[in-house]
Amino acid sequence: MTRKQRRLVLIGGGLGVLAVAVALMLNAFRDSIVFFNSPSDVVEKHVGPGTRIRLGGLVKDGSLARGDNLSFRFDVTDGKSEIAVSYRGVLPDLFREGQGVVAEGALDGAGVFNADTILAKHDETYMPKEVADALKKSGHWKDDYAQRAAMPIGGGAK
Amino acid sequence: MIPEIGHYALMLALGLALIQGIMPIVGTRTNDAVLMSMAAPTAVAQFAFVAIAFGALAVCYVTSDFSVLNVFQNSNSQMPLMYRLTSIWGNHEGSMMLWVSILTFFGALVAVFGTNLPVVLKANALAVQAWIAAAFHLFILVTSNPFVRIADAPFEGRDLNPILQDPGLAFHPPMLYLGYVGFSIAFSFAIAALLEGRIDAAWARWVRPWVLGAWMCLTLGIAGGSYWAYYELGWGGFWFWDPVENASLMPWLAGTALLHSAVVMEKRGALKVWTILLAILAFSLSLIGTFLVRSGVLTSVHAFATDPTRGIFILAILILFIGGALALYAWRAPLLKQGGLFAPISREGALVFNNLFLTTACATVFVGTLYPLALEALTGDKISVGPPFFNSTFGPLFIALMAAMPFGPLMSWKRGDLLGAAQRLLTAGLLGAVAIAAAFALEHGGPVLAPFGVGIAVFVMAGAVTDIAERTLILRLPFRAALRRALGLPRSAWGTALGHFGIGATLLGIVAVTAWGSERIAEIKPGASLDIAHYRLTFDGLFSRAGPNYHDVVGRFTVRRIGGELIGTMEPSRRTFPARNEATTEAALMTRGVSQLYLSLGDPNRDGTVPVRLYFKPQVLMIWLGAIIMFIGGGLSLSDRRLRVGAPRPAKARARLQPAE
Repeated sequence: MTRKQRRLVLIGGGLGVLAVAVALMLNAFRDSIVFFNSPSDVVEKHVGPGTRIRLGGLVKDGSLARGDNLSFRFDVTDGKSEIAVSYRGVLPDLFREGQGVVAEGALDGAGVFNADTILAKHDETYMPKEVADALKKSGHWKDDYAQRAAMPIGGGAK
Repeated sequence: MIPEIGHYALMLALGLALIQGIMPIVGTRTNDAVLMSMAAPTAVAQFAFVAIAFGALAVCYVTSDFSVLNVFQNSNSQMPLMYRLTSIWGNHEGSMMLWVSILTFFGALVAVFGTNLPVVLKANALAVQAWIAAAFHLFILVTSNPFVRIADAPFEGRDLNPILQDPGLAFHPPMLYLGYVGFSIAFSFAIAALLEGRIDAAWARWVRPWVLGAWMCLTLGIAGGSYWAYYELGWGGFWFWDPVENASLMPWLAGTALLHSAVVMEKRGALKVWTILLAILAFSLSLIGTFLVRSGVLTSVHAFATDPTRGIFILAILILFIGGALALYAWRAPLLKQGGLFAPISREGALVFNNLFLTTACATVFVGTLYPLALEALTGDKISVGPPFFNSTFGPLFIALMAAMPFGPLMSWKRGDLLGAAQRLLTAGLLGAVAIAAAFALEHGGPVLAPFGVGIAVFVMAGAVTDIAERTLILRLPFRAALRRALGLPRSAWGTALGHFGIGATLLGIVAVTAWGSERIAEIKPGASLDIAHYRLTFDGLFSRAGPNYHDVVGRFTVRRIGGELIGTMEPSRRTFPARNEATTEAALMTRGVSQLYLSLGDPNRDGTVPVRLYFKPQVLMIWLGAIIMFIGGGLSLSDRRLRVGAPRPAKARARLQPAE
């Protein structure tokens, strides 16, 4: 083989692998992307039952109800709209009423959000970024959410 | 006083970095040997001052000096000494200090041990290293100063995030940074070669140990982080395709590719331009990793404080270094002469195949990680790209690479014999097929493709053994002769075989635990039992236990083989830290061979029942054992005579002996 032919084989092989990768990615993008929605988004965009989404907002105070066999129900709110969420499993360590939560799952026919994953990943301001943005958008963001974490506990003023 | 010394030392280090970044370059342009020779001493001095700054911060942490804001926010006088030390880098400011400490340490190593480097290359490389250091010194001083004081010093600190109060913090970030920053040496040498417009096999011989060392640390750092997440987060997952995990995986993939292409360059003088590009990419991806973690643009367990000025500063550093490097590459790379010819079917060809698949797999991870950011910036839609995306893009590419891997080392340079290699791999292939059949017969449920994954993993491991068997001729020569050949093999050959064996072992663990792991979630009363796999766990009850700065609510479980003997007890707990009023889940692990039982507790209910998560993780330890095997393989290869930095030394030693006669 000449130098040119060898180079062609290399370039052809490279393009082939790239083409396969692009095909795989396009295919995966069609099936495996999950959109983030606040409760207001769910209401406004008419997200249909069965569509997999991430729902983010605050766990409404006093809404957490414990059922049998590790089942939970609570409401997620962004101040404007509320969505009832049902979940079966162990809630994460940092799941608390009045604090941010992201649930992944889908709405059922009755308008209840069946979550199979509850994310309590958070930064040190105790608020997932998406939830903070959604709250700011709906006008229910309070500045003390960020301050609460930044405040020295029993420090400074002493 | 001590924090001020640290702060001042860091400013001096910035000044030295600027001198080190400018003078040697001017020297190489004007051919001034004195200016060029300034690089080495300034690099050493810069490291000395950064070490003083880091030491000062360490003293503040050890003595619990809460007048320093950073110490107040992240430490507590009740914490054990080890966590007071590790919490130095358990926060943004301190971890950046660790970053520059390692960076300048490596710079100093090049300065001290690079005595036989070509003068111009050394001057240029150290200057580039200094630019990186200067950018990060400035970043720390301007946006993330760890030495800021509080006017009224509080009595007690806010404590370290409980999740981070773990031996994992002592190990994972430093190893990861050693890897990230180690690639900066390859980057600096690549830029230096481009500036000079000259590159040869000696360049690869110089850079390869650094790449290998960085790769080893990164391998162990990623594996360590994975094991830490596995036992600490309480969900028993070893990899979440979290953006920050991806940020460490991408440099690893690019670094692995670089490691292999540098072999081709060193041995055959080919792939020069490509190797330079990979060196730039590996460190660029490390920088992007730093950006993803530090800027807070992504929600993640690792995201520290989000401060927009920091994000913009790091973005500027990224654009400057990556953009600048790639522009320089586009301009100067055509100057580099191409070397050695090879046929597509050859060792070189196999290594190109490896590079192609690794970089493409890296690109899929890159797209999946950054696509949500790009989409949000463009359309405002927030999406998450989760494990399904990576499993169906990265997965197939990586499996294809694995299936081809055993052929590589069996090919000869320049022109290989694919059929011959296939014949020699017959035994390995048969073992793989047997493994597939066995997996089908023994395991039920799980994805249909899983047994094939096991087959490929076994093929890879058997292929690595075949490589050594072929080199030592163990099946054809008498045992003693083969043993002599084995001892005579270059250590890098053992390194290759172990590295490949290790990745096979990791693959085996991943496939087995993903396909055949089982899970039970239940609420359990004292005296009740749960069954999983072959084991029965009986809940004996809760008790409490006090630690230095926390208290535990512990559940005691007795583990028996179903219908059989007592095996032991497991004691998962809920750990509460009063300083932050936070709780963490401390899972209990029981190791059976390379499999594990995994048990974590939820919040106990008022009626005395406790929610538990119980997992059986078959072969799970193989994942991390594989990484340790890869590390050992890298270490063997690093100790190979051929790679020992400064190969022409023996001649010098003789020269020194002569005058004594």
